[in-house]
Amino acid sequence: MTTQAFALGGETDMAAAEIDRDNINSLQRGAANFMNYCSGCHSARYVRYKTIGKDLDLSEEMLIDNLMFNAKETFETILASMPAEDAARWFGTPPPDLSLKARVRGADHIFNFLTTFYVSADSPTGVDNMTLPGTSMPHVLWELQGYQAALFVEHESDGAVTKTFEGFEQVIAGKMDSEDYEDFVRDTVNFLAYIAEPIRSDRRKLGVWVLIFLFFFLIISSMLKKQIWKDVN
Amino acid sequence: MARIEAEIGKPQGGFMKWIDDRFPLTKTMKKHVTEYYASKNFNFWYVFGVLAMVVLVIQLLTGIFLTMNYKPSAAEAFASVEYIMRDVEWGWLIRYMHSTGASFFFIVVYLHMFRAMLYGSYKKPRELIWIIGMLIFLVLMAEAFSGYLLPWGQMSYWGAQVIISLFGAVPWIGEALVEIIRGDYSISDITLNRFFALHVIALPLALIGLVFVHIVALHEVGSNNPDGIEIKELKGADGIPLDGVAFHPYHTSKDLVAIIVFLMFFCAVVFFAPEMGGYFLEHANFEPANLTATPEHIAPVWYFTPFYAILRAVPDKLWGFILFGLSVILPLFLPWLDRARVKSIRYRGWIYKAALTIFVITFFALGWLGTQSADPVYVRAAQFFAIIYFAFFILMPYYTTIDKTKPVPERVVYHD
Repeated sequence: MTTQAFALGGETDMAAAEIDRDNINSLQRGAANFMNYCSGCHSARYVRYKTIGKDLDLSEEMLIDNLMFNAKETFETILASMPAEDAARWFGTPPPDLSLKARVRGADHIFNFLTTFYVSADSPTGVDNMTLPGTSMPHVLWELQGYQAALFVEHESDGAVTKTFEGFEQVIAGKMDSEDYEDFVRDTVNFLAYIAEPIRSDRRKLGVWVLIFLFFFLIISSMLKKQIWKDVN
Repeated sequence: MARIEAEIGKPQGGFMKWIDDRFPLTKTMKKHVTEYYASKNFNFWYVFGVLAMVVLVIQLLTGIFLTMNYKPSAAEAFASVEYIMRDVEWGWLIRYMHSTGASFFFIVVYLHMFRAMLYGSYKKPRELIWIIGMLIFLVLMAEAFSGYLLPWGQMSYWGAQVIISLFGAVPWIGEALVEIIRGDYSISDITLNRFFALHVIALPLALIGLVFVHIVALHEVGSNNPDGIEIKELKGADGIPLDGVAFHPYHTSKDLVAIIVFLMFFCAVVFFAPEMGGYFLEHANFEPANLTATPEHIAPVWYFTPFYAILRAVPDKLWGFILFGLSVILPLFLPWLDRARVKSIRYRGWIYKAALTIFVITFFALGWLGTQSADPVYVRAAQFFAIIYFAFFILMPYYTTIDKTKPVPERVVYHD
């Protein structure tokens, strides 16, 4: 297979996810997307529903009614519906836990991964991925995005044929147009970035106060130092 | 009741005298704090010793609290760190302080060592302080290395794999040595447990002991200063060095300002960039150790990369290991490699100034190269800089002898 050569190589090739981590609505939509489309196969085993409820302004009822498909108590963590052993048998490799995926790969990578599936006859899932070539993940979101084909242009130089990726072409339409789909993925990635470090927004808010406190302390200590050193010459 | 009050209420010598008759408290305070005289013209470079102490305390305190929730087992370690990050009250702060503290420890220690090279603080009569300091540096490296395995992430595992396997290059006993370090045929639960023991007990004890001796030795000979003058040689009628001021309250009040500025930098990282772009917390380490999948690019944490670059620059495994070890150890011999008659860079000639500048550039270049992949171009560059690194030390007896020095004044000088 030569797909490796078509991989979006450096970070420069990747589109920016442009997530807004402080946008609670985006995170709430992302949570719903995650539970509806991801949590069937993927766990987020370090993440408690309770924490999500507290951070995303969701009441216990809302959590239970809308997000908790296979958990009874809000203190439980997000476990995949599908047994890991079956998953490993079906896909060849178990779907990875997504608690920290955004911290390992970065939000941009996941955003690009979810937007660059394309039809490929060579793959058992019928699709390959431009960001992660050879992935064993099927295009779970095909219903929304539809299917796209990758266009390659062949160049011939010195008798060798090289292919370059030119862009995608919609083959089967999905429920969403490309802009809506990107927003959908953006919300989902935003949620993944949030669960990778739920404390992020709190720590940044606290950090401002800590630095303000230290700044005042700095002024006072400088005055103290000046006072003590005034006789030294 | 009345009788006790009468005892305490005695005008002088009451409680303190009782203590001093049994323990040299006042005497020690005078010798090391209120009547320890250090030069009054200490500049920016003189704060990193006390800052290293501050980081040591931060690491010890946060380490104690981390230990309360961390599980040193291959099956549970990674999850217990995430438990600390998510479920333990303020656990995230304690963990970020500890991980940021590790990097800041090396920043302040490198700057502290650079200060000694600027002002010749390792030269007679302070050779022993320098040697003890180098031992602290070695223990610190071991402490950082053992600590990095504990989160049991991908980089913890594979980084340790690479570094431990280096010992396999030692002739005859190499493989046995590697097994002794790991306690197993590969890095495993057993390795994690012994690294935990070393990280939380053995090495911190050694560190505290060495820091204590470092300061005792320093207070015996007295601190150096930016002019490299022995202030004890010029004393006033009261027996106090003319250029000295008491550690407390003078230097303590100055150090307090430095500590707060330091904490501002430290907190900026802890609260706003704890990963520091993947340099303080590597991205791949947020993935649990996977024995069957090597990360795309294994790089040690930034503070080891200058030496790691030298290791990779040598094609031969054994020589790579030897030169790697040598690059870490060589600064220990500075007191004898440096033949200049003056201590401070202020009174040295252009040759040492140029050599030190080139050395700093080399150290940064090697550090950067160590974070990159082993691309042939980078390896070539690392070889080039490795030669300069060693030349700085090996040629030092020569170029410090021929370097023209300026006369050193009798009293310290202020510079803005």
